[in-house]
Amino acid sequence: MNKFRIEDLSVRYLDNNESLRKINMEIEENAITVLFGPANGGKSTFLRTLNRLNDLADVKEMSGKVIFHEDNILEKTTDVIELRRRIGMVFSRPVPLPLSIYENVAYGLIMEGEHDKKKLDNAVENALRKAVLWDELYDRLQDSAYAISGGQQQRLCLARVLALEPEVIMLDEPTSALDPVATAKIEELLNQLKATYTIILAPHNIQQAARMADYAAFFLMGELIEFSSGKEMFLNPRDRRTQEYVSGRYG
Amino acid sequence: MDKSSRTSTLIAESAGYTLVHLITLATIIPILGLVGYIIAKGSPAISWQFLTAAPTDGMRAGGIFPAIVGTVYLTIGTAIFSVPLGVAAGIYISEYAADNAATRLIRLAIINLSGIPSVVYGLFGLGLFVIFLNFGTSILSASLTLSIMTLPVIISTSEEAMHSVPNSFRVVSTSLGASRWQTIRKIVLPQALPGIVTGVILGLERAVGETAPILFTGAAFYLPQLPSSPLDATMALPYHIFVISTQVPGMPVEIQYGTVLVLLVFVLGMNLIATLIRTRARAKRVW
Repeated sequence: MNKFRIEDLSVRYLDNNESLRKINMEIEENAITVLFGPANGGKSTFLRTLNRLNDLADVKEMSGKVIFHEDNILEKTTDVIELRRRIGMVFSRPVPLPLSIYENVAYGLIMEGEHDKKKLDNAVENALRKAVLWDELYDRLQDSAYAISGGQQQRLCLARVLALEPEVIMLDEPTSALDPVATAKIEELLNQLKATYTIILAPHNIQQAARMADYAAFFLMGELIEFSSGKEMFLNPRDRRTQEYVSGRYG
Repeated sequence: MDKSSRTSTLIAESAGYTLVHLITLATIIPILGLVGYIIAKGSPAISWQFLTAAPTDGMRAGGIFPAIVGTVYLTIGTAIFSVPLGVAAGIYISEYAADNAATRLIRLAIINLSGIPSVVYGLFGLGLFVIFLNFGTSILSASLTLSIMTLPVIISTSEEAMHSVPNSFRVVSTSLGASRWQTIRKIVLPQALPGIVTGVILGLERAVGETAPILFTGAAFYLPQLPSSPLDATMALPYHIFVISTQVPGMPVEIQYGTVLVLLVFVLGMNLIATLIRTRARAKRVW
């Protein structure tokens, strides 16, 4: 089953900077789809299109279709707030909101209008447990989210997304600011979470791409060069440009 | 470069450094001198009676209570009109307005508004509020006039304060399903609040000390009783200082200095509060 079907997606910014050209791909449910390639290849743009976060940026043109639950979410009529609740996102630097740990995790739910203290408490605990943070933080939930380490902050950002019980989790270079130990924790977590969630990951290096990919998409200068299973992509790439990138000849 | 010319360069450099240092220090001499002089000359006049009694004997004796009350009224009145309007405009410009010609025009207007001499505001207030809208010479007219004068400061500082909140907070909040207004209310405004409050106080502080805008719109030369409604005229500290310094023959000097001291305490006190808020917020800030 696929979660997303992307047809002829093109995006161009006002300054013609990073853009996407005619992307066609499907994103499989309960698997990790890795988007990799050199910088400015369009990976972030692609992710930010799937939850319409691009609405905040200076997008000049957007064409094609992104089918999610039979609807083209690029339509003007899409309820983008509901969409973003179902498609969570973790960013490259951990950005805790300037609130307490508890308020960070409960943020999305409170914005949704949930005020029942019991329900919120439960949701916060569940989300923190899923992100393997509960044991570390349960006795300091009222502390500032900036009082914890960078690795903890990034898992907190993941917990914040999980609290909304989304269907899809997108992560844009989530470990680029973390040390190897914290990185390993996040990767392990993603491997557990893929049983229940659809995960789209833009890894911050090719080794991570190879480690994590169930499916892999190679982006180069705004184009999707190759899309296949992770194994095939890293053992037996078809396109010459993919071969050269995977073997480290550029990038 | 040989050794002696290197040494002379070093000497020139440290001499220049010392000079710049001294000039910088010199800038605090006027303010210290001014405040010290006013305190020395004005403090003998300060007494409980001076602060709480009405002027008597053609303002040559008694207190300045009506002027203090009037200034408080005008400050509150100005705040009532200018704070909601100014902060709302700041929110709009910082968070909603697109970066286009219309927005640039608004910005330009605000900058120019803050450059207009205060006496022009006074005449404008006289024409619009006192005469055209028929509010008369009153606290209402004076507050509205001072509000227009204060608006640019409040708008620019609010905008600035919201602008300095990192954009990543907005992106994250949006990605978690918050609407734009929720993001502003829960994240941007609380983070910008100390900056906004500081701007509001600095704007009001300027209004407190102004004479020209209230001269034609609400300030009274002498009133035997306190104003009882916003449509009454009022005495006010800055105008009272002008009156007792130029219009009343045989005025005791210490009453003049005493009145100036009270106004100065008013203004510097507000400044101090603004500084405290800013310092405390900066220490607590996480970004």
